[in-house]
Amino acid sequence: MAGLSLLDWALDGVLALLLLWLAWRALSTPALFRAVVLFIAFGLVLALVWARLFAVDVALAEMAIGAGVTGALLLAALVRLAPPIGRGRAHGRNGERDGA
Amino acid sequence: MTQPVFWALVGMALVVLALYALIVHAHLLRKVLALNVMSSGVFLVFIGLARRTPGEDVPMAADPVPQAMVLTGIVVAVAATGLALALIVRLRVLTGRTTLGDDTGD
Amino acid sequence: MMLRPRTDRQAGPASSARADKGLPPAARALLVLALLAVFAGLVLAVLSLSEPAPGLAAAVDERIDESGVSHPVTAVLLNFRGYDTLLELVVLVLAVMGAWSVGRARGCAGNVPGPLLRQLPRLMAPLMVLVAGYLLWVGAHAPGGAFQAGSLLGGVGILLCLSGYPLPGWANGPALRVSAVLGVAVFAALGVVAALLPGGAPLDWPPAQAKTLILTIELAAMLSIGVVLAALFAGGRP
Repeated sequence: MAGLSLLDWALDGVLALLLLWLAWRALSTPALFRAVVLFIAFGLVLALVWARLFAVDVALAEMAIGAGVTGALLLAALVRLAPPIGRGRAHGRNGERDGA
Repeated sequence: MTQPVFWALVGMALVVLALYALIVHAHLLRKVLALNVMSSGVFLVFIGLARRTPGEDVPMAADPVPQAMVLTGIVVAVAATGLALALIVRLRVLTGRTTLGDDTGD
Repeated sequence: MMLRPRTDRQAGPASSARADKGLPPAARALLVLALLAVFAGLVLAVLSLSEPAPGLAAAVDERIDESGVSHPVTAVLLNFRGYDTLLELVVLVLAVMGAWSVGRARGCAGNVPGPLLRQLPRLMAPLMVLVAGYLLWVGAHAPGGAFQAGSLLGGVGILLCLSGYPLPGWANGPALRVSAVLGVAVFAALGVVAALLPGGAPLDWPPAQAKTLILTIELAAMLSIGVVLAALFAGGRP
């Protein structure tokens, strides 16, 4: 796979740095909601990387699953994990009552 | 360094990064995030090295077998994530905690 | 449920406080050193790979005419390595069985959507179903296929759930369970039929009928993947 131009390398380098930075932030930022949103952004950048590597099938799947469905699953779980009592008003609906 | 090797190295960096987070963080949701990043890193190694294939005549030629395996892997990863999240939510409902271990969480 | 950033404030500080005191600094430094060693080993492994790379691209190219489709990834997924895909569909069914066995879903009917979420699914859901059908069909000769189409269908289910769209009662009954296992059932049944043909083997499609068989399996697999992903989002048995 010779013949990568300088522009190709620059694009690859920027994408790789962005990917690693997003992964690091998603795994280290203290607030969980922000971590999940950063993880969704990570999935979208990863889809771009798949496209760069000519893995278009994988890019499509990553776009729909890695960024879309996984993000929705994580956000839904985050809402269900949130403390339902304590700070406030009518937020109890989101929490505990989903048990059988 | 060629492009396949470059992306394989990035994938391995992601795996190691996520392994660190997996060990250090106690919150189970963050462990799930770390596992997902880790699987992405493994996929990156696969897809990166798939382009080392000797099909030099066509510039886009990449080995389709690792691509198919990664596609399968992505779907399995989301299924495992869904099951893990259901278990975490259940743990939270039953015990009020979002971590594992014997400590009382103080 | 409403996805509001307030979970940020509630779940955030507690979790970070707990995460940061798990390991003493010395253990953490040791861990970093060990992981750096692991990384170095992995780097060495990649740099020492044999240079004329071995691969299966040539083998796939050679037999692609017998596979019934012209896109190599789809050929690998549904013909050359059919067991992978069959077992993956089994994994999906197992995951949803696991999720259903730990609790009950709250159901989507209680979700009260905002103005955006009330209108968006009306616009998006039909379009997404259309794109899913297109992706399934185009997968025979271009990037696309059952996985991408199925995950789009899962997205439709999630969107409908978030908007509290009233599903008919039968949708949560046997229909849900049947469509969740339909992919495995169709795939395995056709695989057994292929074995019964003269000179056949399990999951070995005769070239003349391969395209029809693959599209049938993909249709069932797409439905199953979509249903399973939406069921995992709902988070428990209905």
